[in-house]
Amino acid sequence: MNEVPLGFLELRGVTKQFGEFTALDDVNLSISEGEFFTLVGPSGSGKTTLIRILVGMDSPTSGDIALRGDVINDVPANRRPTCMVFQNLALFPHKTVGQNVEFAMKIAGVAASTRRERALELLELLRLPADFYSKRINQCSGGERQRIALARALAFDPEILFFDEPLSALDFRLRKTLEKELKDIHRETGKTFVYITHSLEEAMVMSDRIGILNHGKLIQIGSPDDIYNRPLNKFVAQFMGEVNTLAVDKAGTGKVKDSTTGSMYEITESGQEFESGFMIIRPEVMKIGNAADALPNRIQGVLFNDYALGSRIQYQVRSADGENHWLVERLQDDPFSGNAGEPVTIGWRAEDSILVPS
Amino acid sequence: MKSFSDWIRQPGLLNAVPVGLFLLVGFAGPLVLVLLYSFMPPKTFTLNQVPTLENYLSVVTQSYYISFGWSLMLAVITVALLLVITYPIAYGMTKLFNRWATLITILVALPLLISENIRLFGWVLLLLKNGVIDGSLQYLLGVSLSGLLYTVPAVVLGLVYVYLPFMLFPLVIGMSMVPDSLKEAASDLGASRLQIFWEVELPLSMPGILIGSLLVFILSLGSLAESKILGGQVIVMIADDIESAFTFAQNWPKGSVLSVLLITLSLVIIFFLFRNIDLDRLVGRR
Repeated sequence: MNEVPLGFLELRGVTKQFGEFTALDDVNLSISEGEFFTLVGPSGSGKTTLIRILVGMDSPTSGDIALRGDVINDVPANRRPTCMVFQNLALFPHKTVGQNVEFAMKIAGVAASTRRERALELLELLRLPADFYSKRINQCSGGERQRIALARALAFDPEILFFDEPLSALDFRLRKTLEKELKDIHRETGKTFVYITHSLEEAMVMSDRIGILNHGKLIQIGSPDDIYNRPLNKFVAQFMGEVNTLAVDKAGTGKVKDSTTGSMYEITESGQEFESGFMIIRPEVMKIGNAADALPNRIQGVLFNDYALGSRIQYQVRSADGENHWLVERLQDDPFSGNAGEPVTIGWRAEDSILVPS
Repeated sequence: MKSFSDWIRQPGLLNAVPVGLFLLVGFAGPLVLVLLYSFMPPKTFTLNQVPTLENYLSVVTQSYYISFGWSLMLAVITVALLLVITYPIAYGMTKLFNRWATLITILVALPLLISENIRLFGWVLLLLKNGVIDGSLQYLLGVSLSGLLYTVPAVVLGLVYVYLPFMLFPLVIGMSMVPDSLKEAASDLGASRLQIFWEVELPLSMPGILIGSLLVFILSLGSLAESKILGGQVIVMIADDIESAFTFAQNWPKGSVLSVLLITLSLVIIFFLFRNIDLDRLVGRR
């Protein structure tokens, strides 16, 4: 699945229990050096527990964490060569920006002049003007604080940098900017980044590989392309955003049958065993109107409503039998000309049907 | 620039009028009276005399510096001892004891419902010659500890005991303002427990430490009962002298001079302590 050598940071059978509750259930994972790995999961999936264990603020009930082959389960956070950017950033409010960035170096006993030099370098790397050095934390905006927290962590010169949803409190535009910046900084520093988020979209933008976590289990690990185009189950497929989902059974070569209505649909054989489960079709591959006429999979329905999504427009179509609501998306500069309430045909190609087991 | 009529009609100012009047009559008024009396001739009870500096001169030339010295020294010792004693308790209450912290709060606050003098007389019973401690030791071990009461350590014990809540609660509040995530972040960046304490916990709980110290310092400086009840005649604190001047000696102007000097001393110390310290800035709120 990945060409780079694995085994830089390894998790073997990591399980964490809080009383009766299993927060992490036999997590096995191997992260390679220099990789940008993102763990994605909904709230309560165990991702915060996992990152706390990785940083050393918590220990697993069973299983091992190994860095470069050495088991580090019992090494406390302040002795681990790793560092985390906190969800609330945890900047020291009584220290200046410079003092915050220099904290790890001060602890390590680095000379004041060297510290200052390095801090100024890091501020520059993070696109912060040098006069921020003597500013107070509460004089900085949300995005600036974000960069200061990252600079403070980089100043520690960690082997691995962990991120606990640091962008979740920012507004949409700033988040988009910082996602890209973070990816750039990953490139520039060459460090191993392990990021956790509840947003698969955010993970897609930045990551080399993504791990999907649900109910304490790692469900799928793969590149953004794998996760998007080859989801292993319905949960992963639906986690990305709105999709059309249909319960289907296998019905001969290249065909599946709708479990409730009995309608037949064409699929492309992937070589994987499939008996029954779900067929996933993403809204952006669906066609509507004349464009759907020549397609093998077609559904007659009524256009119910349309929603502007920015670069795209989403149409909701209710099938004639009333069983399903279908979502179709088109580019914003290529809108569909039908009116709400009118009958319409929608369809998709056989190769756009994604089959996942139930 | 706002005109005066606009300024006077601000709702905040109008709302502050009742409490302002109350403070004027109940707090500022008596202070002004004391200040005026300090300039009246000795042993007068009226304010319509020709002002004089006679009382100030007589206080300075007499040996009042001794009682000022005792008060200052005991206040400093009390603050220092209470910092050492209450810091671990406050730490436990904010971080370790969880629901037991409520019980400790109640146990510490409960004695405040009983008069200070009665509590101090309780200590007298304990420390007295042939009292609870001395008598028990004599009976059980045959040793006598008869010289516990009427000593300077007994006065210090009384001060520490009486003012403990005034140090403990501000410290608890100060410490609970230090978020756990900051300590975790410091640890993650390599800091040891001691480094976390110096770099994060201590500076961020400084407002609580300063307020507690100030409360205890001012209260100890003006304390009277501890030295009288537990100290006997071994030392005289300045509040004792002030009381004697107003009551026994019937010399209000002299008592006023001593009061003015005590208030001035407190103000000077507060000024120097807080001159370079901005509490909000200390914890990064400004």
